[in-house]
Amino acid sequence: MTLAEAKYQYLLRMGDNALILGHRLSEWCGHGPILEQDIAMTNIALDQVGQARSLLQYAAQLEGKGRTEDDLAYKRDVMEYRNVLLVEQPNEDFAYTIVRQFLFDAFNFLLHKSLVHSKDEHLKAIAEKSLKEITYHLRYSSEWMIRLGDGTAESHQKIQAALDDLFIYTGELLTPDAVDQAIFEAGIGPDLAALQPAYQTKIDEILQQATLQKPEVKYMQSGGKDGRMHTEYLGYILAELQFVQRAYPNMEW
Amino acid sequence: MKAPTDYAHLEDQFQARIDAEEKIEPKDWMPDKYRKTLIRQISQHAHSEIVGMLPEGNWITRAPSLRRKVALLAKVQDEAGHGLYLYGAAETLGAERDDLLDELHRGEAKYSSIFNYPTLSWADIGAIGWLVDGAAIMNQVPLCRCSYGPYARAMVRVCKEESFHQRQGYEIMLTLARGTEAQKKMAQDALNRWWWPSLMMFGPNDAESKHTAQSMAWKIKRFTNDELRQRFVDITAPQAEFLGLTIPDEHLKYNEETGHYGFGPIDWDEFWQVVSGEGPCNRQRLKARRRAHEEGQWVRDAALAHAEKRRQRQAAKNDQKVA
Repeated sequence: MTLAEAKYQYLLRMGDNALILGHRLSEWCGHGPILEQDIAMTNIALDQVGQARSLLQYAAQLEGKGRTEDDLAYKRDVMEYRNVLLVEQPNEDFAYTIVRQFLFDAFNFLLHKSLVHSKDEHLKAIAEKSLKEITYHLRYSSEWMIRLGDGTAESHQKIQAALDDLFIYTGELLTPDAVDQAIFEAGIGPDLAALQPAYQTKIDEILQQATLQKPEVKYMQSGGKDGRMHTEYLGYILAELQFVQRAYPNMEW
Repeated sequence: MKAPTDYAHLEDQFQARIDAEEKIEPKDWMPDKYRKTLIRQISQHAHSEIVGMLPEGNWITRAPSLRRKVALLAKVQDEAGHGLYLYGAAETLGAERDDLLDELHRGEAKYSSIFNYPTLSWADIGAIGWLVDGAAIMNQVPLCRCSYGPYARAMVRVCKEESFHQRQGYEIMLTLARGTEAQKKMAQDALNRWWWPSLMMFGPNDAESKHTAQSMAWKIKRFTNDELRQRFVDITAPQAEFLGLTIPDEHLKYNEETGHYGFGPIDWDEFWQVVSGEGPCNRQRLKARRRAHEEGQWVRDAALAHAEKRRQRQAAKNDQKVA
């Protein structure tokens, strides 16, 4: 694998994470538990789709085959997507949505804190802009973790159940593979393994305030970012996301 | 209790202020009917914004490009924001947002009937921006000069965003109209379905409109339904022509003498059917709103419970300090 190939893969991973999580959040638009939270979730969705655009534009440019952000978003099938499994998990209810967001934000925040020192100027510029947004996302999801965990008996039970279900998807976030290693050695991105302690500390801190129990996980689920595996949910996301471009190919919209 | 003569005097003074184009503010005296009329109108307007999120929200996950997706997300979010400050304006009149929402969920409060029509293709998103936001602007620009201050000020902000939405919608239509045959067909079909419901957005003919006269005297309303409808047709007909699309009305014709477009009769039976709750999507829209509210109950309860716990902990801390 050349560095250029690793960079392309790395950008796809980041771009796909942002796009798929943005898609999931955007499903809430108009259906939120209260108007203020409807607006807040749409805000985060907007940030994430915006970040996906910057990242996929850059990926397409690096690939050098004349593809665009939309070609990458709308014309790849499930096994070509490189997002982590966590972000494609369904909304279920507000508790699942918040847990998914928090587990991802805590990772994404640490990642971007490193990427603002990237030797890749383009990625550095994207990360600088995104870090401000992600700092807010993490604050938002952390606050709701605490509110729901330390709210009523019902909300506590719901958010603990969501945490128990989703924690198995946190493994691949910070488990480095060959792409991550190449990116780290080139000074473009962080050593993912080295971010693990900070990630666990953040999770523990918030769970403690939220009076929640960290699930004991024997086996983590993985395969999204390296393209080995996805959950069945991704196919339905893409069926919806790509519908117009698939039904009416090669047109300007 | 005030003597009737005092009351008449207050009403005269109130009307004099309105006639002098003074703004009425929340703490000012106002006739009970003026307050009720405004609460009804502003809350209907707020409900329209949040129910209006549903037909457009229906296409967010399917928007055909990432650029369009971001624009649509931002647009629907703007509508939620409009809902928020309109509920805020209604609250300055003594109404409670929760009560207003309950009325909506019970099916007692009205909202704009246009949102009871389905969005079936991407072109519908263009047509809604162009026609529905276009009609809304026509209704709302005069409201920026409404006699009630908080409503007028809210409308200034709403109108700025609406005109941006309207241009965005027209641009979607333009892209489709300049596109392939399939895209042109999609655009024409959307215009066919949204044209007449858009004309109905201005409400019944003046002769049938029960609130118009009093609302005009109070300067809540500045133009009649028919005046606004005519203005909308006059502006929109040439835009359709520029797009190369055909407005589905065989009577639509420019009249040199009047300087206006004449247009065919509106199907008022359809209008009253949709207003009475039997339009194509009335049930789905209300169900979606009710469901969001009911399923959100535990979240709102948790937020309140948590805030209360924090307050108590803080109070306990403060007590310790004092001790």
